[in-house]
Amino acid sequence: MSYVAQTPEQIRGLIAKAKRRDVLFVALGVIALGIGFATFLALFLDMLLDGWGRLRPEFFTQFPSRRAAQAGILSAWVGTFLVMIVTAAVAVPLGVSAGIYLEEYAPKNWVTDVIEINITNLAGVPSIVYGLLALGLFVYAFGLGQSVQTAGLTLALLILPVVIVATREAIRAIPAMIREGAYAVGATRWQTVKDHIIPYSMPGILTGVIIGMSRAIGETAPIITIGALTFIAFLPPAPVGAEFPFLSFEWLKAPFTVMPIQMFNWTSRPDPAFHANAAAAGTILVFMTLAMNGLAIWLRYRLRKNIKW
Amino acid sequence: MLGSARPGAAGLTPDASPPPPLKAESRDLSFHYGNGFKALNAITMPVHEHRVTALIGPSGCGKSTFLRCFNRMHDLYPGNRYEGAIVLHPDNTNLLADDVDPIEVRMRVSMVFQKPNPFPKSIYENVAYGLRVRGVTNKNHLDDKVEESLRGAALWDEVKQRLNEVGSNLSGGQQQRLCIARALATDPEILLFDEPTSALDPIATASIEELISELKKRVTILIVTHNMQQAARVSDYTAYMYLGELIEFDRTDTIFFKPGRKETEDYITGRFG
Repeated sequence: MSYVAQTPEQIRGLIAKAKRRDVLFVALGVIALGIGFATFLALFLDMLLDGWGRLRPEFFTQFPSRRAAQAGILSAWVGTFLVMIVTAAVAVPLGVSAGIYLEEYAPKNWVTDVIEINITNLAGVPSIVYGLLALGLFVYAFGLGQSVQTAGLTLALLILPVVIVATREAIRAIPAMIREGAYAVGATRWQTVKDHIIPYSMPGILTGVIIGMSRAIGETAPIITIGALTFIAFLPPAPVGAEFPFLSFEWLKAPFTVMPIQMFNWTSRPDPAFHANAAAAGTILVFMTLAMNGLAIWLRYRLRKNIKW
Repeated sequence: MLGSARPGAAGLTPDASPPPPLKAESRDLSFHYGNGFKALNAITMPVHEHRVTALIGPSGCGKSTFLRCFNRMHDLYPGNRYEGAIVLHPDNTNLLADDVDPIEVRMRVSMVFQKPNPFPKSIYENVAYGLRVRGVTNKNHLDDKVEESLRGAALWDEVKQRLNEVGSNLSGGQQQRLCIARALATDPEILLFDEPTSALDPIATASIEELISELKKRVTILIVTHNMQQAARVSDYTAYMYLGELIEFDRTDTIFFKPGRKETEDYITGRFG
């Protein structure tokens, strides 16, 4: 009496049974994927159809208005754009430096472990908490005002853990033998970091940054908490001017609004015409996020082409 | 097996000739890993100038650990500890001394690794990197040195038309020769090879072995190898190690033809290991 399938019939029976499980798992996977995708598609199409009538060029060039048909998202998309610039300018250098320090320089002891666990936890802190922190710290303590700079700093704090974690993961993906190769020719730690670690981890870091930014672009709660305006009919001062010194940073201090707040404002109006505006703005916000994710994928592909070990 | 040692290729200088001057010597070297494991125990061994010294022994005997003491590679990982000394001649510097910077050691002692590890940069930048680290910026100097090193590594003719291509696009054997060129570019005093052919096919292996025999005219070589025929083919001196101890060190022909210790003979003849 053998415990192992022996005859060709037994073996075929065994394979057929195992393959049926294979098919079952594939079916389950497709269903799971389908539910997620169908939900997104249904929501998105519903929003697109509601907002379709408002998706005209004027929608991008008009300020909000009391009349739904004349309202646009000019101040909202400009505000989102400026806030994102500040967020990236703050979160990238801070997050990348922190990630490099933790991975390459920090001694491996319990203090580092505690910091590491806390960074991972920070990524899970509700965004409204960041809003409250920013209201107390940036708006009142530092007197930065309810401005573009405060919003940018707040969102930078929000995505900092994401950038740090992405940086560390990208650095860890560099094989030890590449690092050893650099040290073996006599490079110092900083030379190794500057010439090898940073360039080779760049694709991963950029992906993390953009994923973080596409989270930040849709954040509403912390921005409302710090006091963004919901109705604003002017733009921040232009960063470049015709007169000396040509560059101006006054826009940092300007009041602002962002896309999700504009949407929130419109959805809370009783007039259904405003709901169409909200749907149109939502569609654009989804496209902005998708475009950023697309950019992340493309950049990663481009930069990784030449990095092989 | 012993017949595979190419006569006249290496190490078969007449026994009567005086040994060449010392380039380095390990004195009572012990090494402890951060986890407390003592991987080397009181190793005393000479390294002769412009000769190839092979380190052989079964897996886990400490030969790679020993090799990596010579450029203080162990300093990259916390907790590792050396005892004893590795003295580099003629200036009698103890490479393991606390006041000797490991970077200084690595500037004098270069290394080629088990798996080819070119940087994901151009062929030119791979070779030039050691010079850039040393602050060389003059384009002509860099060009000259890159060409000289690639010629030294017998790679120039194959890559001279495509110096700006990425190094990792080369074949395995070419990548390893690129790594040798990178190590040569900084004119090291000692060149360490850590099983340099274990990831290569026989043809690429043969070309690397030929290169090693050629390179000893310029530089002192220490090589770890799993392959005893390789040790017999390329080396002048051989050290047999077992469980962190140096069992026997002698001229390669002596080790292979009339070893002094029973353990060495058992390993060489394949009765053990």
